Amino acid sequence: MTKTDDYPLLRSWVRPLLLWLPPVLFLSLFYFYPLGSILQVAFERSQSGLAGPFYEVFSSPGIRSVIAFTFWQAALSTLLTLLIGLPGAYLFARYEFRGKSLVRALTAVPFVLPTLVVAAAFNTLLGSRGWVNLALMDSFNLLLPPIQFTNSLTAILLAHVFYNTTIVLRMVGDYWSHLDPRMSQAALTLGASTLKTLRHVTLPLLMPAVLAAALLIFIFDFTSFGVILVLGGPRFATMEVEIYYQTISLFNLPLAAALSMIQLTCTLGMTILYTQLSRRMQRPLSLRPVQYTQRRLRTWQSRVFVSLFMGLLLGLLTIPLLSLAARSVISLERGQNASITNPQFTLAYYQELSQNRRDSLFFVKPINAIGISLAYASMTVVLALALGLPAALTLARDQDWRLNRWLDPLIMLPLGTSAVTLGLGFIVALDQPPFDLRASPLLIPIAHTLVAFPFVVRSLVPSLRSIRPRLRQAAAVLGAPPSQVVRQIDLPLVGRAVLVAAAFAFSISLGEFGATALVSRPEYPTVPVMIYRYISQPGSLNYGQALALSTLLMIATAVGMLVIERLRLADIGEF
Amino acid sequence: MILALSSCTTAATETPLTSTQEPANTLKVMTHDSFDISEEVLAEFERANNVKVQFIKSGDTGTALNKAILSRENPLADVFYGVDNTFLSRALNEDIFEPYDSSLLAAIPDGFKLDPESRALPVDYGDVCLNYDKGYFAQEGLAPPVTLNDLLQPEYKSLLVVENPATSSPGLAFLLATIGNFGSDGYLEYWEGLVANDVLVVNDWETAYYSEFSGSSGKGPRPIVVSYSSSPAFEVLYSEPPVDEPPTAAVTANQTCFRQIEFVGILKGTQNFELARKWVDFMLSKSFQEDIPLKMFVFPVNSEAVLDEIFLKYLSLPDQTAIVSPDEIAVNRETWIKAWTEQVLR
Repeated sequence: MTKTDDYPLLRSWVRPLLLWLPPVLFLSLFYFYPLGSILQVAFERSQSGLAGPFYEVFSSPGIRSVIAFTFWQAALSTLLTLLIGLPGAYLFARYEFRGKSLVRALTAVPFVLPTLVVAAAFNTLLGSRGWVNLALMDSFNLLLPPIQFTNSLTAILLAHVFYNTTIVLRMVGDYWSHLDPRMSQAALTLGASTLKTLRHVTLPLLMPAVLAAALLIFIFDFTSFGVILVLGGPRFATMEVEIYYQTISLFNLPLAAALSMIQLTCTLGMTILYTQLSRRMQRPLSLRPVQYTQRRLRTWQSRVFVSLFMGLLLGLLTIPLLSLAARSVISLERGQNASITNPQFTLAYYQELSQNRRDSLFFVKPINAIGISLAYASMTVVLALALGLPAALTLARDQDWRLNRWLDPLIMLPLGTSAVTLGLGFIVALDQPPFDLRASPLLIPIAHTLVAFPFVVRSLVPSLRSIRPRLRQAAAVLGAPPSQVVRQIDLPLVGRAVLVAAAFAFSISLGEFGATALVSRPEYPTVPVMIYRYISQPGSLNYGQALALSTLLMIATAVGMLVIERLRLADIGEF
Repeated sequence: MILALSSCTTAATETPLTSTQEPANTLKVMTHDSFDISEEVLAEFERANNVKVQFIKSGDTGTALNKAILSRENPLADVFYGVDNTFLSRALNEDIFEPYDSSLLAAIPDGFKLDPESRALPVDYGDVCLNYDKGYFAQEGLAPPVTLNDLLQPEYKSLLVVENPATSSPGLAFLLATIGNFGSDGYLEYWEGLVANDVLVVNDWETAYYSEFSGSSGKGPRPIVVSYSSSPAFEVLYSEPPVDEPPTAAVTANQTCFRQIEFVGILKGTQNFELARKWVDFMLSKSFQEDIPLKMFVFPVNSEAVLDEIFLKYLSLPDQTAIVSPDEIAVNRETWIKAWTEQVLR
């Protein structure tokens, strides 16, 4: 790796230390301290010491198979997500076509939807009475539905792909769009086949971004909870599901703590593997502005190809959403014959959302719930960027600083932590003023930031590392102070990556990961919390309102994503 | 960049995130996510006692209870509401409640008072019962099931969907109903029969009711589901377009349902003992008790409370439910669920 001595005065340890200060303080207070406290409390309850619960884990064949399944489904899901996402990332990176930013915004929508709603959407499509099965039974005269979707591994994999494809599209797509196409063009000119060029030129150059996306997706799938529970059904369990069962149903805190630590160790192992690999892959590149790298669709073949693939991708990601949105304006009134229903257009579910018919204390107008969700999301974006940018800067610049090698894998830990465990950690640890935040609404953006922060860092580091040091050195030689170099060299060059990071933080918060793990103040519910309130009660009006509110959440997300897409950081593209 | 950040911060400050104007005192009530109350009924209590009540929702019943236990040293609230008879022993063993012998207990039938020391006082109950899709049975000319044993008959093959007792509270309640019926040595054999009759198990009530059950607006494939005795009434109450008759009905024959009783208790370490007692009295009083059914889908334990007309019309309450004591549940929960998992899922 190139030595980076662009600022002689800050060469040694002062800069990394200053840059690390905010994120390390934040993580210590809101992550390591609560986590350490709950683990301590849990192990104190163990009657067989520290080792007992671990022995219990490894001697139980049931739990051993849970651990194996956790790995296996995460690896398979990650692979499938990359297979679907990478061609999409290529098209987004290399072609300019009409409606592209809308398509990109739509692909981010699945990421924020509550699992129960996604499960309902998939069921209307693929369930045993779903449209697909009904159509197949009708056309082939089958008696039984040919697709068995409920409680299957297919359902888990499909849902993971549905949720996480946007990570590949964004992280790899944006990196790819700045890769200089002249390198692969040179290879082609020199006689290499397209495939050979892809293998020996393009993929190696892309590797840092691909690896970063793969790591995030893997950890997400590895700690998957809602998808496994709702779509996988009772025969499948990940460690996260087992931790929930041990904690809530059996109150076996020591065993749950042992499992949490095993899950964390696996996350750490994966991250260290990633750090090693990406260190080897990283090379400085001349990133190009997108005007130089993107083509319009000129030939009809390319038009057909791009539209076909985009259609496929959009189909996968949006048909379940559309069926959900459609269902929110259609009432299936029961006819005389029980199996026949008369679909009727209705806005009743939307109108009902704004009415507090039963004088409930906890009623919140949908517009207010969306406002609250957006406020939390904005705070998360600000916090995650404020903490993630400095961390990413030092990780990219001070690669030779020994401590960075240790800190780098640590920042991924919050993503691999059991939400149930950490939620209890907040209760145990944050109970003294000035940090008695147990029942404070502020805990929500703080918890969201813990998840968003690793995303921000991972989206920024590959781009920051690929900036040629000479650019910065030149600026420094010409008299620019460090802050100006960051402002005028780094930020413009990685501007897209900052937007990607912001978009992730925004959608992570809107989707309310691990909502149930936190104590909540019912006066300030987020949209997903409201959706759960409706869907956990019987009655067609409740079901309809849950779908209507989900549709509003989808629209708010798509609009939010479009706004972030439109933001242009200062001077971006003017190299 | 600056533009992006500043627009975010303004959006963030526009919504107030800390409540202002507090009356003389604040009473904190910790509860599960399903808690609900009418604005007017609460205002009555707040006015009478010059107090502001702050509710702290803490997840599902088990999660909320765990949080109350783990914050014992420095309690998050003054009162905890929502522990049910399947979790009662955990709460009592962990000793988180102060005893309080409320005078209003006199109006509550003894069958509900599961804690003789009155640390946990009964507030409401709900019956977990089989629900069926009336349309399906009418169309097929089939009689709906009456007893649990009916579900083993060939004509009910592939009709039933239940929830996993490891992850779902009605799922556990239904498992307990079978244990109450067939005993801890006979329930596994019964479940073997259900499996042979192609019972479907899902992890949560929402999936069972909305994705798999044919009587709900999710229009699933199966006409019998484990839900609550109150569900049919709510199918009328929350219906679009409005209907006069529920599309579903509950099976409430003797011993087919399991009764969940929910309790309230004063958390040890509270600085607000007097107010906390008043709150407990309030929860047992007629005005709160009558507010319960339309808010939380469960029913008042106070025998003086009058039910809303809609329930008189659409609700059938079981005379006799399957009984398993909280202590038995606490001791055997893990064994029963493990054995059930081996029998049904493997």
